[in-house]
Amino acid sequence: MARHGRIAAGAALLLAAAAAFVLPDWIISLATIAFANGLVVLGLIVLWRAGLVSFGQALYYCIGAYAVALVGRATGVTDAFLLMLIGGAAAGLVAFVVGFLLARYREIFFAMLSLALSMILYGVLVKAESLGSTDGFSVASPTFFGYAPHQEKLLMALYWLVLAVCAIAAFLIDAYFRSVSGALAMPVRDNEIRVEFLGMSVSRLIHTKLVISGLLAGMGGALAAFAIGHVDPNMSYWTTSGEFVFITILSGAGSVVSAFVGSLAFESLRSFAFAMLPQLWQMLLGSVLLLTILFLPQGLGSLVTRLRWRRKAAAP
Amino acid sequence: MFNRESSLAGALKSSWLLAALLGAAIFPAQAQNASTIKLGIVSFLTGPAAAPFGIPGRNGAEVLIDAMNAGKVPAPFNKIGFGGTTVEAKYIDETGSAANVVTEFRNLVQRDQVEAVVGYISSGNCLAVTPVAEELKAITVFYDCGTPRIFEEKPRAYVFRVSPLSTIDNVGAARYLLAKKPDVTSYSGINQNYAWGQDSWRDFTGAMQVLAPKVTIDKSLFPKLFAGEYGAEISTLLTSSSPVLHTSFYDGDLEAFLYQEQARALDKRMTIIATTGEAAIWRLRDKMPDGTIIGARGPFGPLAPDSEFNRWFQKIYTDRYGTPPTYPAYQMVMSLLGLKLAYEKARKGDTKPTSDEIAASFKGIEFEGPAGVVKLAIGDGHQGIMGTAYGIYRFNKAKNEPEIVDIMRFPAECVNPPAGVTADDWIKDGMKGAKC
Repeated sequence: MARHGRIAAGAALLLAAAAAFVLPDWIISLATIAFANGLVVLGLIVLWRAGLVSFGQALYYCIGAYAVALVGRATGVTDAFLLMLIGGAAAGLVAFVVGFLLARYREIFFAMLSLALSMILYGVLVKAESLGSTDGFSVASPTFFGYAPHQEKLLMALYWLVLAVCAIAAFLIDAYFRSVSGALAMPVRDNEIRVEFLGMSVSRLIHTKLVISGLLAGMGGALAAFAIGHVDPNMSYWTTSGEFVFITILSGAGSVVSAFVGSLAFESLRSFAFAMLPQLWQMLLGSVLLLTILFLPQGLGSLVTRLRWRRKAAAP
Repeated sequence: MFNRESSLAGALKSSWLLAALLGAAIFPAQAQNASTIKLGIVSFLTGPAAAPFGIPGRNGAEVLIDAMNAGKVPAPFNKIGFGGTTVEAKYIDETGSAANVVTEFRNLVQRDQVEAVVGYISSGNCLAVTPVAEELKAITVFYDCGTPRIFEEKPRAYVFRVSPLSTIDNVGAARYLLAKKPDVTSYSGINQNYAWGQDSWRDFTGAMQVLAPKVTIDKSLFPKLFAGEYGAEISTLLTSSSPVLHTSFYDGDLEAFLYQEQARALDKRMTIIATTGEAAIWRLRDKMPDGTIIGARGPFGPLAPDSEFNRWFQKIYTDRYGTPPTYPAYQMVMSLLGLKLAYEKARKGDTKPTSDEIAASFKGIEFEGPAGVVKLAIGDGHQGIMGTAYGIYRFNKAKNEPEIVDIMRFPAECVNPPAGVTADDWIKDGMKGAKC
């Protein structure tokens, strides 16, 4: 089945890449931002499988974005690959450092502490007048190994870059979930003491997950900065983190692909709600989340599992 | 559910749901009408900036577009809609991250195919939308955001702003203060710690430094945005001997501050200059201290010059919404009128003009609206300059309504930087070339 899964994922990837030729620009742009956010959600899924909910993932997202914008502004580097790696590395490094503290906390304490850390960054950025405070500042158009596209071509190049990064991330995280360290996520959630008695260090396991999720969120932030062309401190605000948690609940932790499907569904839903109910769009989003929790407690990803189970039950 | 089987194959197959959602998002685009001109109107419809700014702005658009479509706007704006074609507005909420705002802007231009977008209150959103508008060659008119950075960072081709820069608010406030209280020796300030508050305070102190170099700054307070509780700040201000307090607070923060300071009689010790105070007077009424120096971010609301056009607009707005228009409504109306003129100038025969044609006729346009004369004189003909006015607030108990008295007007060239000079440099270098 795993092989089937990979073939299906590869086919979906090719389909998504080819869609850039057919779909209008606004959908490509929406999907670019949705998939960049999907990386952050993937990081949250890594944590969630170990029973941890981070309400401060915007910290790494914002660091990734600001790293891209600041390095670009200070050095004039515009290469998307280089900047993206810098953004991811910067966020991963911060995650590694704060991980020493965060890895010791669980449940609500973990959530609140991660929230507090992201709000510290928000506070610092808002006070930084030279960085435009809450207004933020713009990010130069990226280039791709010297290739400097514009308008529609830039949009497509970015979309494919985001797709490629998402595919690599999905593949690696899928492999991680199958590894011993990744597979120990649920035992950690269920009974930490038992895992310790197996000879594994729980805090090191969680620390690893924090760095992975930080890295993913940083890459997501870096790609989002390219796609939006602007960074501002709101990227680190708690509502941004809350939105990522929202998408994670919508997606479910069942598979790596659900992060991207959930993210795309969320962006489309919000866009639809904005157009339909300009003053009441939050109500529509809230109702969808509520219905998801009530009827699909395992998220959109669980739809498939349910279908398969029912089919098996119906077979003679 | 975490078994290997579902790991990758998982949600892939549930993409039918996604397709349905995407389909639903595309669908509204199909309902297009070729015989109307579509406009995107973006404003805060939810959140803390909705009540003081977003909703009056939206209402201004609503009432004016209805009047336009009925051909009832006074001459020279009396053609139906835009050049004889009725206008259809699509209202979109500005709330959300820069990513949402940019996505929704793209949706308006590419999905809904609007002819132009008018909107945006947050300066951060204006800055984020500008490069996208340029890239898509979409005519965009910012109506409320005041940051001078839009046209100072780069020349723009398709982005316009009829409403004046935020520079005039604080230069005007400094000029009014020194005209009415020439013997002032020091002043204090309380502003929110984010771009708007920081910029306002920098402009005000800069202008004071130029106009009255001997006047000193006493207390300079920066509570955080939407703090809501100002006990400590009021205590600090009560120990200050300066007779004047500058604030760019608005809405909830302004109301909370005024309620809390009145309990401790701060306004009896120092005169408050509220640069955006006009947006709150119809709600605060007698809770706004008498004697407060009030600004409206330009000649808007009760500070607008008396004219037939202005009385007409005040009447249709008040009749429909039960409260007189505040400055965001005026800014929206002025922006729409500017766009209408530019569109009609660019239109030849029955064909719709292109973005380039509209931009060419918009550049440097000059017209008179309910707020008086505006001229797109700076930012390479993309940024409007207007005069401004300040006055003193009184609650008229006999008439049971607020009024602004002792109004002083400053011409556009007195409070705006000349073309080619950035607002910051202009203030720093002594506001050279100001004609008052």
